[in-house]
Amino acid sequence: MRLRGLLRKEVLQILRDPSSIAIAFVLPLVLLLLFGYGISLDARKVPLALVIENPTAETASFEASFGQSLYFQPRRMPDRRAAEEALLSGEVSAVVVLRNDFSRRFYEPRGAPVQVLVNGTDANTARLIAGYIEGAWQAWLGQVARDEGLALAAPVILEPRVWFNAAVRSRNFLVPGLVAIIMTLIGALLTALVVAREWERGTMEALLVTPVSTSELLLGKLLPYFVLGMGGMALSVVMAIGLFDVPFRGSFLVLTGTSALFLLAALGMGLLISTVSKNQFVAGEIAIIVAFLPAFILSGFIFDIESMPRVVQWITHVIAARYFVAILQTSFLAGNVTSVILPNAIALLLMAIFFLGMTRRNTRKRLE
Amino acid sequence: MWHPIQALVMKELLAVWSDPRSRVVLIGPPIIQLLVFGYAATYDLADVAIAFYVEDAGGDARELEARFAGSPVFRTVEQLQRESDIARVIDSREAALVVHVGQTFSRDLRVAPPASVQVVVDGRNSNTAMILIGYAGSIVRDFNRDWLRRHGARQPPASLVVRSWFNPNLQSRWFIVPGIVALLTLVVTLVVTALSVARERELGTFDQLLVTPLRPIQILIGKSLAPLLIGVVEGTVIVVVAVLWFRVPFLGNLALLYVGMILYLLAVIGVGLMISSVVRTQQQAILGAFLFLVPSIILSGFATPIANMSFAVQPITYLNPMRYFLVIVRGLFLQGLPADLVAQQLWPLALISLASLTAAGWLFRHRLT
Repeated sequence: MRLRGLLRKEVLQILRDPSSIAIAFVLPLVLLLLFGYGISLDARKVPLALVIENPTAETASFEASFGQSLYFQPRRMPDRRAAEEALLSGEVSAVVVLRNDFSRRFYEPRGAPVQVLVNGTDANTARLIAGYIEGAWQAWLGQVARDEGLALAAPVILEPRVWFNAAVRSRNFLVPGLVAIIMTLIGALLTALVVAREWERGTMEALLVTPVSTSELLLGKLLPYFVLGMGGMALSVVMAIGLFDVPFRGSFLVLTGTSALFLLAALGMGLLISTVSKNQFVAGEIAIIVAFLPAFILSGFIFDIESMPRVVQWITHVIAARYFVAILQTSFLAGNVTSVILPNAIALLLMAIFFLGMTRRNTRKRLE
Repeated sequence: MWHPIQALVMKELLAVWSDPRSRVVLIGPPIIQLLVFGYAATYDLADVAIAFYVEDAGGDARELEARFAGSPVFRTVEQLQRESDIARVIDSREAALVVHVGQTFSRDLRVAPPASVQVVVDGRNSNTAMILIGYAGSIVRDFNRDWLRRHGARQPPASLVVRSWFNPNLQSRWFIVPGIVALLTLVVTLVVTALSVARERELGTFDQLLVTPLRPIQILIGKSLAPLLIGVVEGTVIVVVAVLWFRVPFLGNLALLYVGMILYLLAVIGVGLMISSVVRTQQQAILGAFLFLVPSIILSGFATPIANMSFAVQPITYLNPMRYFLVIVRGLFLQGLPADLVAQQLWPLALISLASLTAAGWLFRHRLT
């Protein structure tokens, strides 16, 4: 009965201040659109400078095969200097140079060198571009072998098979992770701000001296925002599948259950932040710094956790988003893999219990 | 004109500084983040779990396997015994890559080349998958080159000699750490600015400020200078840590960096003041700051290149001050970007800060009357 009163108060508060509803529904919509269309790791139409010092039949076939590639936008440049300047200014991302003696050395036993310069500032993109150039080079070699009937075939060829994402679309990998980031934002930011405001205005103390128990109080805070958060979650999943064409191969039941666990952990974290800081400025900063940025960088959403230094890998274990990202990526792309989902779900459960328990302890302490 | 502004700036700095909690927020998290992100935000692969399913006992198959196992990138976790094991280790993420050498590998290689080697990659992280295929390709290429040499066969008519400029070892850290200068100064400056007026409004001290002899423009300047100072100090600390701790080379002109940083921070402060003058409460201010921060970071090229974004989104990035400052800060760090190329980024930045400060000034006065 008392709980019902509290819930009524929270719901009324949410309805009166539209900013909470905005956080729960408009934020995921806007963020998913922004991220979904804005974040991509697939380099396409890479601007490339082609310097051919002495055009011949061999260089022409080389140029033609680069022109065919979907990955490049090759541009002829008169000399190396001009190309290097374009590389410095960022006009092109790579330079391919065929020297004077290319055609002569082409028929020598050791072969002719093709010089490639990539702009290494962005190491990841540089690596991908180097890979594309290699692909185009290999395709050209095959072409030459066929045209000239030479026994040039490579002795071993690689047959890559990319499971779960055959087209290697980065969107399929990024959008599920995004859902975790957006939910972190909603969960932590929403409660952090709302409860910090009550502390700041002193209305929290007023609530604490009423006969309402701490558990009821926290439950009253938690439930309405939990419902809001699950609504935001459903919206995100529908958009991921409907708008971004990400396949969903797992079960919705498992997804709903794990989302609920994650949301409890995120809301718990938000409550804890606000209980500890009791100040909207600090709560907001902390929510951004301990919730959003780690979810972005330390969750495996975009950067591979296995490749981080050992110490940083340990730190990632306290980031709830890490477990949720693993569950989401697997549920969307691979299916119901118990060996991935179960341990991560247990970790989420433990984190939810920890955050909510800590909040409960801290809230009670204030009264003494 | 200047003395009252000076006093206001002091007051602003003290307001942030005297609250121990906001002091901690300004100092602790940025440093921790710089260190953690500097180490964590990397696309470079290390210690990748690899499993082998080798059905051929021939010497060439063994050699190819040894080349994969011996690469510093990979860590062997398992030798698989049957084909169905591939699904088990990939699904459960025990291995990110399985090298499958079929029964006929050695025979194909001897009798009817080419022999094929299958590489199964976990595509849940498509970027890692692409890079792993790249690594596998270079291992196979080296194998081919040595095999041809050993068997006295002709090498391919052309070979690639790839060099990378500005970052010869292709370390992501050199790309990410300078980016953090832009990221953290943005977060701190924006939040400080957005909250400065909102807090006073909420506490009612803003009215007191208005009845002082200070003119609105003076209040505005005072409210901008304090965050600017905080941002520049914060940025300087990060640059120093980047150079001394992370050993990222700084090849450019330091003065140009500061010109860029100040223009960038002014643009951000303009946005912060706009938020500040529109909202009524601190909560709305933080929400507003957030709604600006997140898209700014995503659409800046900080984590993923702008060139990869969809064509509908790319034009929006021209409005984003972080986009220009990232080019400046990365260019000055890694490429020693000359002044004329820096200027190409500086003028749009100057335009944006002019526009955002003007808009903030207008809103500020408009909301006061």
